[in-house]
Amino acid sequence: MAVTTITAGRPKSPRKSSDRHRRGVSRWIILALVTIAALAMLVPFVFMLLNAFKSPGDYSTGGPLSWPSEFYTKGLSNYWHQVNFPLKLWNSLLIAGSVAVLGVVVSLLNAYALGIGRVKGRLWIVGLFLLANMLPQEALIYPLYYAAKQVGLYNTQLSVIIIFTVIQSAFGTYLLASVLSTFPKSVLEAASLDGAGKWTVLWRVVFPNLRPTLAVLLIFFFIWTWNEFLIPLVMLIDNSTQTIPVALASLQGDRLMDAPTTNAGALISLIPAVLFFIIFQRTLSRGITAGAEK
Amino acid sequence: MALTETSAAQQRPATPAAPKPPKRKRGGAGYWLYLLPGALLFLVVIGGPLIATVYLSLTKWSGIGDPTFIGFDNYTRLFQDEVFWQSFKNTVAMIIAMVVVPTLAGLVLASVLFDVIGRKFKPRTASALRAAFYLPQVLPVVVAGIVWGWILRPDGAFNGLLDVIGLGALRHDWLGDPNTALPSVMGVMIWVQIGYPVVVFMAALQRIDPELHEAAEVDGANWWHRFKAITLPQIRPETFVVALTCTIAALKVFGPVFALTRGGPENATNVPSYFAYYTFFKKLQVGYGSAISTVLTLIIIIVAAVFIYLQYRNERQDREV
Repeated sequence: MAVTTITAGRPKSPRKSSDRHRRGVSRWIILALVTIAALAMLVPFVFMLLNAFKSPGDYSTGGPLSWPSEFYTKGLSNYWHQVNFPLKLWNSLLIAGSVAVLGVVVSLLNAYALGIGRVKGRLWIVGLFLLANMLPQEALIYPLYYAAKQVGLYNTQLSVIIIFTVIQSAFGTYLLASVLSTFPKSVLEAASLDGAGKWTVLWRVVFPNLRPTLAVLLIFFFIWTWNEFLIPLVMLIDNSTQTIPVALASLQGDRLMDAPTTNAGALISLIPAVLFFIIFQRTLSRGITAGAEK
Repeated sequence: MALTETSAAQQRPATPAAPKPPKRKRGGAGYWLYLLPGALLFLVVIGGPLIATVYLSLTKWSGIGDPTFIGFDNYTRLFQDEVFWQSFKNTVAMIIAMVVVPTLAGLVLASVLFDVIGRKFKPRTASALRAAFYLPQVLPVVVAGIVWGWILRPDGAFNGLLDVIGLGALRHDWLGDPNTALPSVMGVMIWVQIGYPVVVFMAALQRIDPELHEAAEVDGANWWHRFKAITLPQIRPETFVVALTCTIAALKVFGPVFALTRGGPENATNVPSYFAYYTFFKKLQVGYGSAISTVLTLIIIIVAAVFIYLQYRNERQDREV
């Protein structure tokens, strides 16, 4: 429809050849413009790298844009020891990893009941989960903080794991319930004809079929939880329990860090996230296409 | 036995409200068990705390001892509080920086990357450029905020850059001056956010039948006409999703503000979620903080409802056409 309107408006076939010629040059201009924009996006990283390997004296004499006069790695090692980075890495891995696995399991169980079981009132239940996903964490944080103190879970990784398992699975339930509501009935009926119970159907039929989607969900939960800030900030006050972002933010808040240490700390804190992104990218694109082909 | 069950299932009409055969109902009851762990967790972590926050917003409480019920006093105080209005004014700025600019720029960038660079150059070039735009989205936003906080410091890299290009006269304490703090935070948020619409829209563009574009091109439609007549209408569903998720993210934004300015200077960059956090944990006014959180929650629900209604209406119009 739209195409015909355009042709009707401008029947200019003679201009076509000159048009193509012009485009030959303009495509290079467009490439140059987009490349400049993309490089501009990377400038903050260049600034960070340049200053992460500078000594504080070097920074105060040469300023932020000078080339480091020596390859100074003490900023990195200072930050590494000051915050006990391996412990922070472990805390972040423990929290994000547990949330990813538990969140996917809870999402799958919920979605099985809602999408395939079609339990009564499922539209309302899915709506509630969707709503929960949109809530500001401030609307939950004080009661959670108070309750965690009462039951002795305050300042434990477990408190954050439980909270994010629920928050992430709210999204996962919403997503998987709609995926499962289109699950082919014939497959389920064939399985129950063979005498398979609900539990067997879930793990032998539904789970293998959903595996690509679940893998994507697992990765999303992991990265989202890894990057979370407010709830870990409130719940984890101790050096031994904090996550990577919280550790960096609390050091910065204390104004203990000079510019090179800030950059060194930021660099160390970014590396795991960038690594995960590189590792997961293949799975993500494969998972998304696998989901689309169905 | 099994035979009757299959035929019953086949006869079942598509409408969910239709009465189900009793056999089916018994099956549905069994599925409740699978919802049980999720439902219990949901009640403990989300339902209960949310109700508690709404209740606490009607009390005066420092977090120690028992809350005193004071009715709607917190809300009357809230609507007279200049900081509260300031924080919502700043939310509008956040929506511009996190929704309007990234969505518009993302539409143009995604279609340029997909149409021009992906087709006329190698697809690898397009995905390398896309990765550059997406990189900030991968990082913990607080870490990105801390790097930007240093860049924008008086002795930071941005002022250094101004010196180098001969604009040293513009040197400034970008985050410390109430007049430049908000625009600076907005700039950082655009940088953080832009990759998300680019990636979503590029995926959406792959859905469009290339023949549509080829036919239009043969007919002499230039890029802009094809963008308006084919690309935009085709990726409208994704545009809705991006606009909704980014708007909610803008209403909830906390980490970057915490890392960059802590809402300062003079509340110039304060946002509702930071205001609530500060009231809860620094001023220990739990009732008042709960009132801020409750209002924010209501606004988010209303915004989401409006978006979903618009999307629904749009889809219905499409079907009627």
